[in-house]
Amino acid sequence: MRPELLLARSCVTEARRSALPWIALGLLGAALGLAAFLSQVAVTESRELQAALAAALLRAGAAFLLAAHVAASIVREANDKVLELALALPLSRTRYYAGKLCGFGAIGFALAGAISAPMLLWASPGSVMLWGVSLGLELLLVAAAGLFFSVTLAGVVPAIVSTVGLYFLARAMAGIQLLARGPLTDESWTQAAARGVVDALALLLPRLDAVTRSEWLLYGAPGAAEFGAAIGTLLIYTALLCAAGLFDFHRRNL
Amino acid sequence: MSAHQRPLAAVPVWLWAAFATCLGVQIAIQAMRPPPAATASDLPPAPRAAALRAASLGEPAAIARLAMLYLQAFDLGAGNARPYQQLDFTVLAGWLRAILDTDPRSAYPLFAAARIYAEVEDPARCRVMLAFIHRSFLQDPNRRWPWLAHAALLAKHRLKDLQLARRYAADLERLTNAPDVPMWAKQMEIFILEDMNELEAAKILLGGLLETGHLQDPAERRFLEQKLKELEKRLSSGSRQ
Repeated sequence: MRPELLLARSCVTEARRSALPWIALGLLGAALGLAAFLSQVAVTESRELQAALAAALLRAGAAFLLAAHVAASIVREANDKVLELALALPLSRTRYYAGKLCGFGAIGFALAGAISAPMLLWASPGSVMLWGVSLGLELLLVAAAGLFFSVTLAGVVPAIVSTVGLYFLARAMAGIQLLARGPLTDESWTQAAARGVVDALALLLPRLDAVTRSEWLLYGAPGAAEFGAAIGTLLIYTALLCAAGLFDFHRRNL
Repeated sequence: MSAHQRPLAAVPVWLWAAFATCLGVQIAIQAMRPPPAATASDLPPAPRAAALRAASLGEPAAIARLAMLYLQAFDLGAGNARPYQQLDFTVLAGWLRAILDTDPRSAYPLFAAARIYAEVEDPARCRVMLAFIHRSFLQDPNRRWPWLAHAALLAKHRLKDLQLARRYAADLERLTNAPDVPMWAKQMEIFILEDMNELEAAKILLGGLLETGHLQDPAERRFLEQKLKELEKRLSSGSRQ
């Protein structure tokens, strides 16, 4: 078996033997329970309320879980000198990095599959499938971001904070841009400068508000163009994070 | 028990006692606390739709529904000192507008406006809600016509404002073109005109409707033809007097 596939398999085995499956199960139970409780309070659209809340909570929860798992795993390996041992073998840094990303990506897709299944209670299989594929790729992006920050910052807390910060900023950026351009904003130079900074920042971030949308579950599957654009955004930014991570990894003195 | 753990007997007795005491004190204190009291407060100003979108982190459908639950819990809460009949309906309409702008395909804000808030006894407050429903309808007539139909009924029966009811019914007839809009909704204006004793206008509208050929159901067609004959009879008897 190719070494990167062996590394990927070891990542999956490590996740399976850790508390990750149980925490994911707990997350599922908590999100579905909360959605069911709140739907009892709703006077209309209770089905839509359950679907939207469960999807939003599970999506964010899965991203946080995966980011934390990647950071903990990579930093632990570095502290235990497993990384040095691996690189002493005939294994290039690129292959090591790719193997790790494949492993964490596979965990992300497994999480996406587990989270998508209950959505079938409220949405059509076609919509759920597209939502699930988008979530899997979104979690692959989170894994790539987690790997990048863990390798670069070499600390669990900084890596988790950076990954989660990047993730939520990317999801909020469209809203922040809308706020910056609102009709109530004045046209002072400070306002113009702030808007420029926001716009510049938006250029460096993926549009995560346009992917894995709960509207797909509520109002039907997206069109091919919308879905293609969402998937393209995710793949391009994942590739960018991989390139940045590899760049830093190749420069590091171990 | 894990192999990495020592048996429970290894825990000192004083620690068992301390743990049990602390747990008991915690439970006792919580049990003695009075239940949380509702605080009276007025509805805060409505947020902008852009602010709601920013706070949603890319989940506008979820935040729109959570905001509706917040609004609903705020005004329908049994302990609230200011039930929704006393709220500032202009602010309330602002909230509904922001929520609807956040998720334009949600029916929740319009449902609440038509079925809960517009049903208040106060005509001024009812009119604020009807105006909100009408404005929302104008943005997406083919999706939001049921709420305008309900608004027209409220204007007619609750407010006894036939002019307003006719305006809503006329907009509903004029601006909707989706095939799922039922004929009763499109015919509303005719019956309101009849109530207003505007028999000539009702006759013209009804005749026009029959001539369009859009009526597929033979029973419905027969009923409306009968209605047209009655109108003509009333008109002719009126002109003889």
